[in-house]
Amino acid sequence: MAELVKSSPRVNVFGMQGQSFLLKGITTLILAAGAGVIMIPFLYLLSTSLKDRDQLRQSPPPLSPVAATTVIINGQEEPLYQVTLDGQSRQMALIKNRPGGKGLFVDPASPDQPYELVIAQQTPIKHVEMHFENYPVALQQMKFNKLLINTLLVTFLGMAGMLFSCSLVAYGFSRFRAPWLNVLFILLLSTIMLPSQVRLLPTYVLFNKLGWVDTLLPLIIPQFFANAYDVFLLRQFFMTIPLELDDAAKIDGASPLQTLLYIILPQARPALVSVAIFHFLYAWNDFYEPLIYLHSPEHWTLAVGLQTFNALYAVNTNYIMAASAVMILPPIILYFLAQRIFTQGVVFSGVKG
Amino acid sequence: MDSSRNPRHLSLARRESLWAYAFISPWILGFIIFTIGPMLASLFFSFTEYNIVDSPRWIGFTNYVNLFHDDLFWHSLGVTFKYAVIALPLGLVISYLIAVLLNQRLAGINIWRTLYFLPSVIAGVAVALLWGRIFDPKFGIINPFLARFGIHGPGWLADPDWAVPALVIMSLWGVGGNIIIYLAGLQGVPTDLYDAAKVDGANAWQRFRYVTLPMTTPVIFYNLVLGLIGTFQYFTEVYVLTNGSGNPARSTLFYNLYLYQNAFKYFHMGYASTMAWVLFLIVLAFTLLIFRSSDTWVYYEGQLRGR
Repeated sequence: MAELVKSSPRVNVFGMQGQSFLLKGITTLILAAGAGVIMIPFLYLLSTSLKDRDQLRQSPPPLSPVAATTVIINGQEEPLYQVTLDGQSRQMALIKNRPGGKGLFVDPASPDQPYELVIAQQTPIKHVEMHFENYPVALQQMKFNKLLINTLLVTFLGMAGMLFSCSLVAYGFSRFRAPWLNVLFILLLSTIMLPSQVRLLPTYVLFNKLGWVDTLLPLIIPQFFANAYDVFLLRQFFMTIPLELDDAAKIDGASPLQTLLYIILPQARPALVSVAIFHFLYAWNDFYEPLIYLHSPEHWTLAVGLQTFNALYAVNTNYIMAASAVMILPPIILYFLAQRIFTQGVVFSGVKG
Repeated sequence: MDSSRNPRHLSLARRESLWAYAFISPWILGFIIFTIGPMLASLFFSFTEYNIVDSPRWIGFTNYVNLFHDDLFWHSLGVTFKYAVIALPLGLVISYLIAVLLNQRLAGINIWRTLYFLPSVIAGVAVALLWGRIFDPKFGIINPFLARFGIHGPGWLADPDWAVPALVIMSLWGVGGNIIIYLAGLQGVPTDLYDAAKVDGANAWQRFRYVTLPMTTPVIFYNLVLGLIGTFQYFTEVYVLTNGSGNPARSTLFYNLYLYQNAFKYFHMGYASTMAWVLFLIVLAFTLLIFRSSDTWVYYEGQLRGR
């Protein structure tokens, strides 16, 4: 940090206050612009999920689900335009196309008197038209309920296994002295860097031998054997809990297991909630393992079901987007409920102590 | 030390060790069953011909020799590197810059953080399907937007030259995970360092260059290593967008996708295991390389506090 010492105080035209004010303004502007860009795909998703077949064919697609407004003229549905006629702006229906980009327009009030006008000079009238019925249709087509049950089973049974095993292991690594314990901990951490492929195929063969392929078990059972990420996060948090509490419990005759249950875990609630949320997001979004283990549709999770739904009915973009919107809703709700964990870094502040 | 207390002390220590091993036993079991065992098994499989139904047949180095003569292997490696070379630096720099902005004391900063992290919590199939539509040249939103500026946009995912760049753009949308880790690192920089720098007359840029950047190199390093490993695992998005084919013209046949095809489409478990081990060695080599070089650019103020 020696390089800093030389520079002398500078004269600032804005003064310190002014400079930081300007800087904050620019920062906010950049952040707002970026946030806008980030939100556009969400808007597109929502709007597309509410369109019907005709609205989907609009190119370029409007960001809101609009449709051409029509009127019935002589039993025919005709599109309505805002036209300029004799310097006056009126609403008229286009009843017939003419060569040269022209068309016959009539006033819906007096449909017998047509006017020939250039179509490109008139503005089509549009209104917002939202097809909420896409949602039930899409969910029924993809057999959402069954997929949801499977996904919830995998997510929450796995979560229970993860919390159970990782709490035990993190406690073992944070509160005891034993030969080789540090080496084992480094070994545990190094598995974070291990590409999963190198253990995936024999694990598949093992589950195949056990007859567990095409059941949910390969996605749930391994969670009961702890994983490096969650053990690491929990251990870091456990280490911030004062040892005096353990000692007091020990004097009262508590066994290490009781100390974990009644002293450590209640103190570590924020960390437990964090790893539970991270696990939910992981399990809910996971695709690779459900894809290789689950073959028959009645065992699919949402991720696999949605992918297959798209492979079969890709043209029905509105249904695919409706199903996608439903699929991303639980993570988003959870995220907003637990924002603090993400934005304040509860777990990481545990790391710092 | 008092010798009369020694035996008791030893037995206490031994008891403590036993408790420790008992508590970590779920992980030890899991490590044997789901990590080290399968790793050795896949090393064995890589020297065999194995289709799951019949038992593995030893064929020596045949798989390795075949792999080095397999054009698709080299091609998939090339696709993966191409993606890594664009996506990794771009993602690291962009997420770092956003994290620096999100670390400022601004009104409503939590709202901005919430918005920027949002895409990263929904990664997966739905996101891939959404971006597949966004990249659609006619009904998507990118090309019509470019057309406003008179730019005729490419076919993106339908164009062999533009499919990988499209995937990179998609990945940038989800850099929130990186941002969270950077932000944690930035918040961990002791404020007294900034105060000291201010006293020394450092301006905002100098404070960033000589305090923030060196103090956050460990998290940059962490994101770099995990990003690299993640690239070699890249799968879901490209599987969903190409229905597992890696098209158009195999331009998105990532290493992991080709491995998947060999293992679960053709059931060439032996060959796929060879691919897995070659991948493992590649990742190991790169990780060691990054670790080696880290001495010159990663600054550790102190190790994590022990007990």
